[in-house]
Amino acid sequence: MKIHEYQAKEIFARYGIPVPEGQMVTEVGDVKRFFEEKGGPVVVKAQIHAGGRGKGGGVKFSPTVEVAEQAAKDIMGMTLVTHQTGPEGKLVQRLLVEKAANIETEMYLGFVMDRETSRVAIIASTEGGVEIEKVAAETPEKIIKIWIDPAVGLMPFQAREVCFKLGLEGTAFKGGVKMLQNLYRMFTEEDASMAEINPMIVTKEGEAMALDAKVNFDDNAGFRQKHHAELRDISEEDPLEVEASKFDLNYIKLDGKVGCMVNGAGLAMATMDLIKQCGSEPANFLDVGGSASAEGVENAFRILMSDKDVKCVLINIFGGIVRCDKVANGVVEAIRNIGNVEVPIVVRLEGTNAKEGLEIINNSGLNFHTAQGFADAAKKAADLAEGRGGA
Amino acid sequence: MAILLKEHTKVMVQGLGKEGQFHAEKMLECGTKVVAGIRPGKAGQDVLGIPCFNTVADAKAATGANASIIFVPSPFAADAVMEAIDAELELVVLITEGIPTLDMIKVKNKLKNSKTNLIGPNCPGIITPGIGKMGILPVSIFIPGKCGVISRSGTLTYEVAAQLTAVGIGQSTCIGIGGDPVIGTSHRDALEMFNNDPDTDMVALIGEIGGTDEEIAAEYIKDHMTKPVVAFIAGSTAPKGKRMGHAGAIIAGGKGTAAEKKEALRAAGVAVADSPADVGITAKRILEG
Repeated sequence: MKIHEYQAKEIFARYGIPVPEGQMVTEVGDVKRFFEEKGGPVVVKAQIHAGGRGKGGGVKFSPTVEVAEQAAKDIMGMTLVTHQTGPEGKLVQRLLVEKAANIETEMYLGFVMDRETSRVAIIASTEGGVEIEKVAAETPEKIIKIWIDPAVGLMPFQAREVCFKLGLEGTAFKGGVKMLQNLYRMFTEEDASMAEINPMIVTKEGEAMALDAKVNFDDNAGFRQKHHAELRDISEEDPLEVEASKFDLNYIKLDGKVGCMVNGAGLAMATMDLIKQCGSEPANFLDVGGSASAEGVENAFRILMSDKDVKCVLINIFGGIVRCDKVANGVVEAIRNIGNVEVPIVVRLEGTNAKEGLEIINNSGLNFHTAQGFADAAKKAADLAEGRGGA
Repeated sequence: MAILLKEHTKVMVQGLGKEGQFHAEKMLECGTKVVAGIRPGKAGQDVLGIPCFNTVADAKAATGANASIIFVPSPFAADAVMEAIDAELELVVLITEGIPTLDMIKVKNKLKNSKTNLIGPNCPGIITPGIGKMGILPVSIFIPGKCGVISRSGTLTYEVAAQLTAVGIGQSTCIGIGGDPVIGTSHRDALEMFNNDPDTDMVALIGEIGGTDEEIAAEYIKDHMTKPVVAFIAGSTAPKGKRMGHAGAIIAGGKGTAAEKKEALRAAGVAVADSPADVGITAKRILEG
């Protein structure tokens, strides 16, 4: 789960990680008020769930109250396009206004899950404020990497090692070590899956500070991090994905024409791949789950039908523990309940009780296209979606 | 002989709730030696004729069980695995999905230098056709034979096994290693076991986007594998930064794409099927030389 920068900074502050004094605002006028109360210069920052905001014009340094006011007007309500938003961009509905820091040096600090070692890793670099992937690719010698033993946690000597390598001295060194330890505590106590400070800075006054903050949480830990639900901003998510999540369906909206309903994530991905190979594009990723219940199938169907780009639906079910006849009943029932389903539907059932399932489909009186095998199903669906004959 | 799940394997079930009971019954039906259930506080009772114990250690001592399958809900799953590792069971299959990654990091740490092989979490389990299964896989699509199958996914494993069965290639053991970022047994670990198994002649490896597990497997294949490998990688069409169902299936920072994984495997001499519908026939072509 992603959260906004201002939310991440609130959490940082709770864990004793220094951040600039700031305030999230939804009204442009509040930026002026902040400037007048706290004094300038300030920085006005668009709050969206994507990086690269500065380059896209979503961050403005404002030395005077007039500039700050204008920046707020410009950024609020703009559709911000960055390398992470896609070409459609994201609407800015919230701003973070902060007191500008006196930056002496910028660096990078991140905590990530390292899958190869199955440990939390610290990634740090003297190269701050730029994309860390780029630094890693072009100047790998400038990447500092430390792995944390989960049995003992982050040891002080490790935090010191990182700060020495970052070239910190004096009060900045002390502050840096503390920042690392607090960030690790935040990471583990809040079940983060990623925490990134880019840039981490040392101010001219010698204080180590998080100038930016990006935190992702582990969705699997929701049961013990109930307060994270309040941090979710559904306006940042695709409306169909939000709807699907209410029914515990795994749905991702894509750009193609073939609506996919599949049981299992791996098979769902493979189905998308095969549709593309057959000359069309998938409209979505949708895993109805291992149980593929009648209710789940109906909800999934409604979501597929509300995507106007869908020209054909492909149902690909491999019955394991779930029986295909049960799924077939669910599909038939769903279509009868929804009514007016005009797009062609290709059904492929395999595995447990597939024969019985196909009989239900064929005897339903509804207009299904049944398929023999995975390849046949994908080809039929792609042809129907693209308006090609022969299906 | 196959790997991991063999004739000598005696299984206990941790988490004998509704789901655990349903699958325990299916496991018994196909000949798996299910000998014990763990229900803290309910020792002495039995479920489906299976005696229940308070602890894994008690069950092991009383029945000689050397393996466990875990259906315990995600908040308590890591504790259940730790108990099984502590009791030095040989094989633990963790079916539970939705376990926090930080819990799995601790489990993985405890696995080091232990006597336990862990499969999962978030996986369909393991089947050795003709011997038995520890998991939720449908028995009917598998036939005994000499092809090992390793896959991160559930239903895609079934798809591939059914394709192999359809072209007459039986399976030694099929392992669903799980779709999470931190798992007990990696592709590479499973490949090594199959490489050392005299009853496995070839391996089908089914990977997906995210992480570098397939690239590490490719390195192992290049340097050590003496048996032919066929592969498919799911997720060529997946967009960056979106979690495709499995917590592990995410292309992050431009890394972990299907194209990179296919290239690494091909460079290691693996026959990579571009279409998920062609894994069976690709395997057959390799076998027939």
